[in-house]
Amino acid sequence: MTDTAIEKSALAVRPVRRRPLSRNKTFRRFLPWMVVFGIFFLWQAAVAGFRIEEFVLPSPTSIFAAMWEFRGPLLVSAGQTFMTTAIGFACAIVVGLAAGVAVGSSSMIYAAVYPALIGFNTIPKVAVVPILIIWFGVGSSPAIITSFLLSFFPILVNVATGIATVEPELQDVMRALGANRWQVIKKVGLPRSMPFFFASLKVAITVAFIGSIVAETVGGNKGIGSFMLVASSRFEVPLAFAALLVTSMMGIIMYTITSTVEKRMTGWATRGPNGAISVAAG
Amino acid sequence: MIPTDTGSKNFVEMHRVSLRYGEDGDGTLALEDTSMRVDRGEFVAVVGPSGCGKSTLMKVVTGLWPATKGGVIVNSKEVDRPLSITGMAFQNPTLLPWRTTIDNVMLPLEIVEPHATLMKRDRAAYEAKAMDLLALVGLKGFENKFPWELSGGMQQRASLCRALIHEPALLMLDEPFGALDMFTREELWLSLQDLWLARRPTVILVTHDLREAVFLADRILVMSARPGKIIAERTIDLPRPRTLESSYDPYAVNLVHELRQHISAARETV
Repeated sequence: MTDTAIEKSALAVRPVRRRPLSRNKTFRRFLPWMVVFGIFFLWQAAVAGFRIEEFVLPSPTSIFAAMWEFRGPLLVSAGQTFMTTAIGFACAIVVGLAAGVAVGSSSMIYAAVYPALIGFNTIPKVAVVPILIIWFGVGSSPAIITSFLLSFFPILVNVATGIATVEPELQDVMRALGANRWQVIKKVGLPRSMPFFFASLKVAITVAFIGSIVAETVGGNKGIGSFMLVASSRFEVPLAFAALLVTSMMGIIMYTITSTVEKRMTGWATRGPNGAISVAAG
Repeated sequence: MIPTDTGSKNFVEMHRVSLRYGEDGDGTLALEDTSMRVDRGEFVAVVGPSGCGKSTLMKVVTGLWPATKGGVIVNSKEVDRPLSITGMAFQNPTLLPWRTTIDNVMLPLEIVEPHATLMKRDRAAYEAKAMDLLALVGLKGFENKFPWELSGGMQQRASLCRALIHEPALLMLDEPFGALDMFTREELWLSLQDLWLARRPTVILVTHDLREAVFLADRILVMSARPGKIIAERTIDLPRPRTLESSYDPYAVNLVHELRQHISAARETV
């Protein structure tokens, strides 16, 4: 009773303030769409205003028109690229997780393989594609392998970091219970490295698409990469741009899926009042 | 399961243990020629100046660090690997942020046998046990909260429960209340005393708080500055259960004063 009375009097004294727009949830949800729309609007205005030729920079409207006109072949190509990327990415998750656990849990494995891994990761993957084509022929395999090669490294490094940085006291607690190395990894290391893992997935999924498309562009007969190559060789620039746009959309879709799974699995890391860092330190 | 008494009264024995960190024998000498013994069911506090090797002593006793020289015997067995009968708690509660309080407390049960096997069949019974333990330290109703939803003192209580849930024969506490304010600390002394009186594990408590040592322990060991060795020993003759008032009676105050002088003397010899 008294509580409500106090609340009421406080309300009466304090001037009613409107919540700022930046806090509004619906506003926040539409914000990304507004940004995208704004970019297209400025683009359209620039192309029209500066009278830019269509084969230099097509306007968004002509890009969308081309996208609609060639929706059939675009969909087929996008499906092909999506398939190779998804397979490569899935392999990268499995290999990256397993290798990350191995590298992160043993300082000996870490010391043994890290220089080789860095050396390997420095190789430009574009240069590997022709070799892959010699080995596997033109088709889906080079795209799958390239997207795998590009995306497994960030996953490995992040999982290894998460596992290698388990608090020494926590390790003592586990070892003093008689836990073996695998139990420490399963109960502490792996759950602890999940935020690192998902952060790496967001990087990995985008580079996986790049890997597939690079392989298709360098030497492929299918997929978005090869589609773009054909379109630009015919000077159908709006269509090439349409293919780029489709790629971006696929990237955003995969990113959204990843971050939805992340929120479900590692809510503990971001739910605290001050986020993950305070939880880890507290 | 608490191992059955094998006749020897000493539960923990350290014989002239030295420990030097580093592999080449040129690292810091943390312990030198330290000997001590702890009876079964006894509550021993180890105090000493900062950096004197108190935490090192804990790691040697539990087998987490092998001694460079000398030997450790726990429960009539030479310690040559990490003991699996130990519960540990540190200044940092080290709860797992992805587990609820009760799941954190039950972590040892998933590892220590025979509980790990038994729990697969009878999880409810073990859960009830964990609930009781949490209720004993005043955490009833917080079982399903996550660590970051608890205050520092509550996290430390949960950490104590985790150290005790599997009924370890040996409880090692490394400045468990060091990061808490005085009132919370005193509350937790009472909780720890209750837990100890209820179960009577052997406890080695490392602390720099002399009042805490006098309030909780049966016996206090004073360590010298690094390299650490035990330079004094005092038995506390205060009846149990002790009250917070008892830590202000002249006997306790004099003891704290005396221990303080030992430690300042130890500091000056650095």
